[in-house]
Amino acid sequence: MSPSPPAIEVTDLVKSYGDVEAVRGVSFTVPRGEVFGFLGPNGAGKSTTINMLCTLARPTSGAARVGGFDVAGQRDDVRRHIGLDFQDPTLDGHLTAEQNLRVHAELYGIDRAVIGERMRQMLEMVELWDRRDRPVMTFSGGMRRRLEIARGLLHSPRVLFLDEPTIGLDPQTRASIWSYIRALQETEGTTIFMTTHYMDEAELCDRIAIMDRGEIVVLDTPEALKAGVGSDRVVLGTADDAAALVALRERFGIDATVAEGAVTFHVEAGEAFVPRLFAELDVAITSVAVSRPTLDDVFLRHTGSTIRDAETAGAGDQNRLMMRALAGSRR
Amino acid sequence: MSATVADVVAARVPERSWRSEARAVKTVCHRDLIRFVGNRAQIMMWLIQPLLFLFVLGSGLQSLSAASTGGVDLKTFIFPGVLCITVVFSAMLSAASLVWDRELGFLRELTIAPVSRTSILLGKCLGGATIAATQGVVVLALAGLVGVPYDPVLVLGAVGLLLLLSFTVTSFGLLVAVQIKQAQTFTAVMQLFVIPMYFVSGALYPVSGLPTWLGVLNRLDPLTYAVDPMRRLVFNHITISDEARRRLDPGVTWFGWHLPAGLEVAMVLVLGLAVLGVAVWKFARTE
Ligand SMILES: Nc1ncnc2c1ncn2[C@@H]1O[C@H](COP(=O)(O)OP(=O)(O)OP(=O)(O)O)[C@@H](O)[C@H]1O
Ligand SMILES: [Mg+2]
Repeated sequence: MSPSPPAIEVTDLVKSYGDVEAVRGVSFTVPRGEVFGFLGPNGAGKSTTINMLCTLARPTSGAARVGGFDVAGQRDDVRRHIGLDFQDPTLDGHLTAEQNLRVHAELYGIDRAVIGERMRQMLEMVELWDRRDRPVMTFSGGMRRRLEIARGLLHSPRVLFLDEPTIGLDPQTRASIWSYIRALQETEGTTIFMTTHYMDEAELCDRIAIMDRGEIVVLDTPEALKAGVGSDRVVLGTADDAAALVALRERFGIDATVAEGAVTFHVEAGEAFVPRLFAELDVAITSVAVSRPTLDDVFLRHTGSTIRDAETAGAGDQNRLMMRALAGSRR
Repeated sequence: MSATVADVVAARVPERSWRSEARAVKTVCHRDLIRFVGNRAQIMMWLIQPLLFLFVLGSGLQSLSAASTGGVDLKTFIFPGVLCITVVFSAMLSAASLVWDRELGFLRELTIAPVSRTSILLGKCLGGATIAATQGVVVLALAGLVGVPYDPVLVLGAVGLLLLLSFTVTSFGLLVAVQIKQAQTFTAVMQLFVIPMYFVSGALYPVSGLPTWLGVLNRLDPLTYAVDPMRRLVFNHITISDEARRRLDPGVTWFGWHLPAGLEVAMVLVLGLAVLGVAVWKFARTE
């Protein structure tokens, strides 16, 4: 046995539900202690991948090892070493925060001598210690999320899976959840595997993978991914977006898109390009913004939609196809 | 605010063992009990039904039936049956909590834990049966009000029968809960099977001299074999004429053969074990 196996090792993992190939052969490795972000439009297969890594769904083919254990052959060992926060809540609203944690500790067979102290530390970390005696149904969405994180960590897992841990939370709560995640990584060396739809959050991950239609389309550090896009992003407000698209193509040979209600395109050396734009574009310009590439651009490049477009499209595949069709027709 | 690096207490999850499985069974059961105790409104609701049967129906029909019960109060007569109804409904509703656990997501927290699904279901069964039997015992405590003495043999025997029936019905409820996808289906099963089973069982009337079709249904109804020993037990401890006893507590017969109470009890137990076995098997197979 090697001294320290990677936290997660995935080889050609496939999951089919009948005709639907939810995950179509993904491979990647996550070293210990890393915060690994998993991005992708709705229905990309993120949750399905997590379910396989957590032994909740059996892979159709391929293999995965988590915490050094095989997800198919060593299910119990995997389960003993992972923590899991599902996309949908799994707390018992009728129990208090403390009772929820206690049930968890008992199920995981944690030594009774340490349960109390461990519970206090986790609840203090997520700032719910004062509320430990309240029924969870009186908690806000953010408080529940924090409690789920505390619970997922109660048994000191090697790998913590978080499926959209910050969805629907206010910026403050999101920031504190990130501070817990970092604290955890420092104190316990926990590996974090998380999915998110927030680009600013993906930015905070050590590495991210973008998944689309069941495949990983790109995987790297946020910096490397942004560098890969290269060119700057220009966002134009114009009097007539459609005319602007045509003019950009004819005069500059630039393929622009309308995303989030503004004309968007990429060029090398964006600042130098703006004066030319004003001189030569015969459509009235109401605003200009030039920015270095962001993860939004990376996402757009690799999946053909902005993350927010993907968000508003909803979870349905039909919607997703429609979005693609729309995105396509705009080019 | 957050814990400092130095003093974090780490937990360790031991390998699966008989001990950890036993702990899981206990935990799942304990949680259901906590929820039950915290839910006073529901406890009251579940108790209203037996009280209605006993005191409203029992008192209301008394004048009609006085002649044919040979001086026995109708409330006394239906008491054993009402004990059974209490337990049957309470056990079914307790088992339904599995459906709610699934619908509200908590079941995933249970099924992802490093314990076997068998332990989870056994915990649910233990919890549900305890809750149901407890409610049965509360109704049993009313015995004095309907002319049934608090004889130790009667009380112990009745508690035993209540436990047995609670176990079997909870197991049946869990089997239903494991199979179905939606909570509404559970209500449908209650309406289509459980309530008819209750009426057919003879909980509210003597099982001799029934019309043939009802007699046949009655003998096929598993609940019959729980109600009958309960009634025999109660009637053993009240003062009553031989003639009234023969009429009101005739015992269950198969083609003229009187089933001994011990056999009836054994049948209910075996049925409960079998149903629980199937439920565990089905539950373990779902992904
Ligand atoms: N149990 C299932 N049965 C059938 N199809 C499924 C099942 N689970 C997922 N799918 C399908 O697999 C695909 C991937 O779903 P998945 O939930 O993994 O997406 P996701 O990336 O997590 O999306 P989201 O961002 O909306 O959470 C979808 O097309 C979905 O309909
Ligand atoms: Mg998902």
